[in-house]
Amino acid sequence: MKLMKLVMVAATALGVAACSSPPPAEEPAAPTISEGSVQYFNSVVGDRVLFAYDSSALSDEAQEILTRQAQWLNAYPNVTAVIEGHADERGTREYNIALGARRANATRAFLIAQGVDGARLRTVSYGKERPVMTCPSESCWSQNRRTVTVVEGAPTS
Amino acid sequence: MLRMIAAAMLAALLLPGAVPAQQAEPLRITIDNPNIEPMPIAAPVFIARNAKAAEYASDLVDVMVNDLTGTALFRLIPRAAYISSPARLDATPKFENWRAINADKLIVGSVSMRRGKLTVRFRLWDVPSGTQDGDGLQLVGDRKDWRRLAHKMADAIYSRITGETGYFDTRIVFVAESGPKNRRVKRLAIVDQDGANLRYLTGGNDLVVTPRFDPTSQRVIYLSWATGSPRVFLMNVDTGQREELEHQPGMTFAPRFSPDGSKVVMSLSIGGNTDIYVVPLGTRQRIQVTDSPSIETAPCFSPDGTQIVFESDRSGSQQLYVIPAGGGEARRISFGQGRYATPVWSPRGDLIAFTKQLGGRFYIGVMRPDGSDERLLTASYLDEGPTWAPNGRVLMFFRDTGGAASLPALMSVEITGRNLRRAPLDIPGSDPAWSPLLD
Repeated sequence: MKLMKLVMVAATALGVAACSSPPPAEEPAAPTISEGSVQYFNSVVGDRVLFAYDSSALSDEAQEILTRQAQWLNAYPNVTAVIEGHADERGTREYNIALGARRANATRAFLIAQGVDGARLRTVSYGKERPVMTCPSESCWSQNRRTVTVVEGAPTS
Repeated sequence: MLRMIAAAMLAALLLPGAVPAQQAEPLRITIDNPNIEPMPIAAPVFIARNAKAAEYASDLVDVMVNDLTGTALFRLIPRAAYISSPARLDATPKFENWRAINADKLIVGSVSMRRGKLTVRFRLWDVPSGTQDGDGLQLVGDRKDWRRLAHKMADAIYSRITGETGYFDTRIVFVAESGPKNRRVKRLAIVDQDGANLRYLTGGNDLVVTPRFDPTSQRVIYLSWATGSPRVFLMNVDTGQREELEHQPGMTFAPRFSPDGSKVVMSLSIGGNTDIYVVPLGTRQRIQVTDSPSIETAPCFSPDGTQIVFESDRSGSQQLYVIPAGGGEARRISFGQGRYATPVWSPRGDLIAFTKQLGGRFYIGVMRPDGSDERLLTASYLDEGPTWAPNGRVLMFFRDTGGAASLPALMSVEITGRNLRRAPLDIPGSDPAWSPLLD
């Protein structure tokens, strides 16, 4: 059994702090997240990687995130994951299901190459059916072209 | 359950014909002409032959006329303009009264009801020539199927005047959509071609897309994520009974029936690679049709069942290919600019309809099966997924105008590009599939 290590995560660790603006009058209490939790995986390790239009190639940034995902999955061997492949709305429905499958598989193959047991990694494609952003422009489409690694069997937070 | 009685459509001879005055051919519409002017028709309220039938006398004619005028091939002359009204079905009309209001055709009908069954009779008159246009017809059906009687009359009239088979006694299965784009609820639904009798087939808990009709029955094949993965399911739309198409590995999607309804052609995605397979519904022993590291999907049989058209990105972007149904050499047919997707073979065999993407827009178009004579019929932010009316003259598809709040709408257009319009449906929808003509 692995001991859960408690870590403090500053809220600003998740994004770039806006240095030019004055600090808020009251700092929110920093949340306490267990390193082995779903929340830690999603927010600190990073649960998703993004893709270029009609591509399943993993960018350098995507590979960095997936390397962290693999390290985390290797540290918590009882956790399994579903890798969801998604596409933006600028393609036809059935092609996008195939494209999402391709992206999910590329993500899974990278994790396996980093030592994660493939039996722990299931893939599913949602095509263009589950966008996270809804505006009709590239700023949203780029967020929807993604794979999301959904971990199962870990504590929530 | 719908059940027309066996003798539903007699090529009825019981009506005495008008005295044939062969001075002129009855007027016809050539629907290949994209600039056609709607033909003016007169259709008085039907004659009720008994009291119980009275409530159907105007509804029957209204539903029939609505089918005809919805094509924009016909327009109804308002009833207020009629000089006289026929009192009897077997009387020859006073043609001068119909010529005076410039009617080209006159539809006269009667309806009676006995023991819950409606009997409808009608005659089509060609006003300029003063002749009866074809035989009178009689239809019999349960009173609850009265709309179908009206659709069958419209089919007969459309067919007589255009020379094409009608498509009004048909239904559309589609995906009803509600909610914002990032929390969209999708339900399978079925509706008459004219927007009546909307019925939901699934509850909305499971994501469902791409229902397709069996060309030979009221069975539908579709894609559902009910098991947590995209999988192909079958449903009888009359009984609601559903069944997963089991024993196929990976993700299964993009299903369509063969023309005889005995097989399904679809995509299987195994290890991230998508290819096309044919699965006989009897044995479920799948036959691999394509074997390529690229994406092969959206397959559709030719109406004779010997070939399959599909899309593939093997050249670098989505293009259309035709392959023998048993596998073999694929021949590329799309060579224009842009990407081509969702090919569907016309039931007449003469055209393939498709979705095209070019320059940030989506188009519905048609081309011949050899790829020649490409014509684009529509364009918008997203036009996708054409389906053929059973006569091969009209396409339905869905349109999304884009944006967080937008919901898709079912649209239809004739293959000449005429009569682009919203389908007569009050709710948002996508992925329409046109049924065959009902029995």
